[in-house]
Amino acid sequence: MTTIKVCVGSSCHLKGSYDVIEAFKEILKKYDVEDAVDLQASFCLGFCDKGVVVNADSFEGPKVQKLGDDILFIHNVNKDNAEELFAKEIYPLLNL
Amino acid sequence: MSTNKRVFDTNVQIVKYNVLKEVIRRAYEGGLEDAYYEIPKVICPGPKPQIRCCVYKERTIIQDRIKLAMGGDKNNPNPVEVIDIACDECPAEGVMVTPACRGCIVHACQDVCPKGAISIVNQHAVVDKEKCIECGKCAKACPYTAIIMQHRPCMVSCKVKAITIDENKKAKIDNDKCISCGACVYKCPFGAITDKSYVLDIIDMLKKSENNTKYNVYAVIAPAIVSQCRFGRPTQVVTAIQKLGFHQVVEAALGADITLYNEALEWKEKGLMTTSCCPSYVAFIEKNFPELVKHISHSVSPMIMTAQLIKHSDPTAKVVFIGPCASKKAEFKLEKTGGAIDCVMSFEELQAFLDARGIDTVDCEDTVLDNGSFYGRIFAKSGGIVQGLLDVAKDLNVEGLKPIVMSGIDECRANLMKLKFGKATENFFEGMACEGGCLNGPLCITHSPRNIVDVDKYGNEAKEKTIYNSVKLYEMTKE
Repeated sequence: MTTIKVCVGSSCHLKGSYDVIEAFKEILKKYDVEDAVDLQASFCLGFCDKGVVVNADSFEGPKVQKLGDDILFIHNVNKDNAEELFAKEIYPLLNL
Repeated sequence: MSTNKRVFDTNVQIVKYNVLKEVIRRAYEGGLEDAYYEIPKVICPGPKPQIRCCVYKERTIIQDRIKLAMGGDKNNPNPVEVIDIACDECPAEGVMVTPACRGCIVHACQDVCPKGAISIVNQHAVVDKEKCIECGKCAKACPYTAIIMQHRPCMVSCKVKAITIDENKKAKIDNDKCISCGACVYKCPFGAITDKSYVLDIIDMLKKSENNTKYNVYAVIAPAIVSQCRFGRPTQVVTAIQKLGFHQVVEAALGADITLYNEALEWKEKGLMTTSCCPSYVAFIEKNFPELVKHISHSVSPMIMTAQLIKHSDPTAKVVFIGPCASKKAEFKLEKTGGAIDCVMSFEELQAFLDARGIDTVDCEDTVLDNGSFYGRIFAKSGGIVQGLLDVAKDLNVEGLKPIVMSGIDECRANLMKLKFGKATENFFEGMACEGGCLNGPLCITHSPRNIVDVDKYGNEAKEKTIYNSVKLYEMTKE
């Protein structure tokens, strides 16, 4: 199971994080990976100037959100580029 | 912000603030172990006393305040405590005729008294305490305003009659009756009743997080905070809070949105319900209307809901609630809240904390704050829940709501009485222990009529005009 966290902190909220969540819901359905991905919301993931931030963590990692090689941050997500970013950055990581 | 700019309403608050600031400063800079000896001398340098009979008594009182600033009596679950030595043993004679009585011929006092308790002896009105019901009519009728009602401010402020006078004439709080609303804390003119501070626990939590690397410490702020930013904008206060070492500031309004949603659905099921967000109000029902407890909403308070959301996405997080409420200092320790909140800090304490750390909000940059909707934000005022609920109900196609807003314990009692005896025509009861709602909470820095304007303005600034997106977030945590 891969966890995707969409930031819903103040900054990302103002930049439309709820639209991104909606977009991801659609995408997961479209790619038929709803069972393989746990879509979650998270409070601030950092990088407020680069929102909306999405974090895809495909590893059994530490629960505290930390910057590291095993955690992927994707910046500047919006509802229009969500699919493109998903296909490019997240889909290959899924253990399908 | 500094105190000379007069941020507080009363001098009592300033004394409390000075003690807190000094304790917090020492928690960071060292010298906490000498606090009891040194702080009193800093605050009351002497040799002349400032308000009491002598400087030694003043210092002893400060020592007691330090104790409370450092957590108070651990064995007393009530966050509100009396500082015995600070209690000035105010007279509580009830109706009293002062020497201003001229023994006039009209003796309006006697005429107006419904119980015949006043007689004229030696050309002077005398009150028979056995007969007197303290209605106060005589005091109003006297043309010389010679009759006064002498009551202790603490006892007048306490709407549940939890304060009595002990054998040493000191105020005493009956924990079985007290609902920890904190009204007496703000109303005692001698500052003899005060709330315990858990600020040292918070400092400990922040220090052990090692700059939010071991775990993240979140601050959840009550919407009433916007009315407290006399100097600097709310967005600057957010930055200031982060500078104290918090990882992130989240609005309790987010949880309030979800509470609204849950309450609307719950009402649809039950048909008769009262709110659960004010812990003093809930305690009031539990202690005075046990037969109505079944009508209390099972939705958790916005504070708890917000904390649960945070901990869902960040399970090792610690969450500190910052608010105007004494009662929340009791709520977070209750078993039913499941440890969602790790500690509670008041607005007064926040001010002391910022100043002790040398953080001036005016100098801070702005950090956006936007988690909750318009409705979540106006939760802070009396009537805010009903206003939100009516709209949410419309969206959810819930019909038949007949709400009533109860502001302050007196109104709550009257309407719950009606409910108890089947005389109530309403079916949704919004109860808040503080008159006017949380924006008038006892631990607010200011209690100005302007507060309500600020809260409304803040509500209107929310990006979300409906609770829809907040609810989506909540739904995600359930999956």
